[in-house]
Amino acid sequence: MTAIQAPRPVRAGAPVPPRRRWRLPFSPWHLVLIPATIVLIFPFLWLLVTSVETIGEALHFPPILTPHVFKFGNYAAALRAGPFGRWFANSVIVAVATVACNLVLCSLAGYAFARFRFLGRTVLFGVIMATLMVPFQVTMIPQFIITKWLGIHVLAGVGINHIGALILPNAATAFGIFFLRQFFRTLPLEYEESARVDGASRLTVLVRIVLPLATPALATLAALTFLDSWNNFLWPLIAVTSTSQMTLPLGLSTFQGAHMTETTLLMAANVMSLAPMLVIFFLAQRYFIRSVAATGLAGT
Amino acid sequence: MTATILPPRDQRRARPGSGARAAHHRVLSSEHFTGWAFVTPGVAIIILFGAVPIVWSALLSFQNRSSLGGASKFVGVANYSKLVHDPVVAQAIQHTLIYTVLFVPGAMVAGLFLAVAMNRKIRLLWLYRTAAYATMAISTISEAIVFIWLFDPSYGIVNYLLNSVGIPSQQWLNSPSEALYVIVIMTIWGWTGFAVVVYLAALQGVPQPLLEAAALDGAGPWKTFRKITLPLLSPASLFLAVWLTINALQLFDEVWLSTQGGPLNATTVLVYYLYEQAFQNFTFGYASAIAYFLFLIIAVVTVIQFRVGRRYTHYRS
Repeated sequence: MTAIQAPRPVRAGAPVPPRRRWRLPFSPWHLVLIPATIVLIFPFLWLLVTSVETIGEALHFPPILTPHVFKFGNYAAALRAGPFGRWFANSVIVAVATVACNLVLCSLAGYAFARFRFLGRTVLFGVIMATLMVPFQVTMIPQFIITKWLGIHVLAGVGINHIGALILPNAATAFGIFFLRQFFRTLPLEYEESARVDGASRLTVLVRIVLPLATPALATLAALTFLDSWNNFLWPLIAVTSTSQMTLPLGLSTFQGAHMTETTLLMAANVMSLAPMLVIFFLAQRYFIRSVAATGLAGT
Repeated sequence: MTATILPPRDQRRARPGSGARAAHHRVLSSEHFTGWAFVTPGVAIIILFGAVPIVWSALLSFQNRSSLGGASKFVGVANYSKLVHDPVVAQAIQHTLIYTVLFVPGAMVAGLFLAVAMNRKIRLLWLYRTAAYATMAISTISEAIVFIWLFDPSYGIVNYLLNSVGIPSQQWLNSPSEALYVIVIMTIWGWTGFAVVVYLAALQGVPQPLLEAAALDGAGPWKTFRKITLPLLSPASLFLAVWLTINALQLFDEVWLSTQGGPLNATTVLVYYLYEQAFQNFTFGYASAIAYFLFLIIAVVTVIQFRVGRRYTHYRS
């Protein structure tokens, strides 16, 4: 790097007079990044400000940019008006269970597709890849019918209007199987083979040798599945109608419907709904960013 | 689990296959059995909730079925011909396409611009990046609630800012001519973080010596960007174009929360109309036909993007 810090070479025949450049005391990129960042952050800030205003301040035009007193009572009032604790717990249960199921089931299936030769492997894998290409809207109506039927006839726990309906259909994903299979195939065979020679079973090899090597891929899958599950809206909207079984986005949307005019209450509720995910996101930022970047780079 | 240990292949073949016990052992220890044991739980779920519904909704689309019981009977292509003549479907397609054409380039340009600006060692970088990433952690519902408030026709701060530069207040989501554009803006904001991450990751792969060589050859920053950086980013651009388009064609959450397809159907997009038909009118057959139609659009658009994109995409070997 330092070797190229020499003065700009002047091309022969075109003598360029040395230009005196007016220099900023800071990188000029700040001039575009600061306004852009304000635009990106402003919705959050305005949400926070409104959430601690009185309703009189909020419904005032021109808007009052700095509230006189911080009315944190809005948060307590929002908590009284809607079961946010319950919705939050439901979201956590659904997201954690979905992530756990995906890690286990997709590891097993992905490993078998990556390493075993068994009858019907190609066909099964083809079927899975086919489902990967079909948008959710195509499958949601039969998925609704099947889930409803399951709840009535087989497993009461997963029927429509029960939290199980939010977990089971997503307990394994075609993306997860495909993603892990691709990763497993990049691992060197030697470790697995020598463990097999030493008498380890297939499952032992997977759990003791392959999965520890696949930690980055598992973390990626976990992060993506968690985000997907946490933010999922359309399926919970269809599958759940009782307030006690709702997840946070669905609960928040019904809360919005019921408190359309109580802006401050709604904003306080919104802050409470997005804050946990924001915190989780920043604590595990590395994993989330790496996951999104990984899907992007994998696609290229 | 010890039963599943495999003897070497040729040895297995050589073993006489007589006796039920031996056969039983062979089945349990074969790779076929282990393979199926490993894939069955995961694959069963995907088949039950993914593959079967694909076939089922194809059948439904040729039936006259409502969810409120009643017999369903095959009606041939009646649902599809209804779809072709349904004026709301035509509107929905139009809105979906307008939305996609505005949203996808918007999010890509915003992401590219910010990623290039952030791809350097400057002060406050952590703050800039954090601000962009934060939009990724926000659910569509939270995002829509904030933007409905920002664009509130009576008390919204956007109108206030416009007024302060002499532009009169707008009706935004209440206006048939503006509502769709507000949804474009809110979703671009929501996807900026994603686009920034993808572009920043791709920018890491642009070799620094190449840029320095270009600078030595007298290429200005803009020319270097256009002739070297942008082509090297083209795989990421193609990925983003395809990914964002697939998501744009499936727009639903923001519409459901902010306008419910209104005013005057101005924001009725395909998936919203499909949801209305399926779960408010309970016409499962017709809704399935719309779903398959949507699938067709997504497939065609994606194929075109890959075809066209490949011509402009430079892959480093």
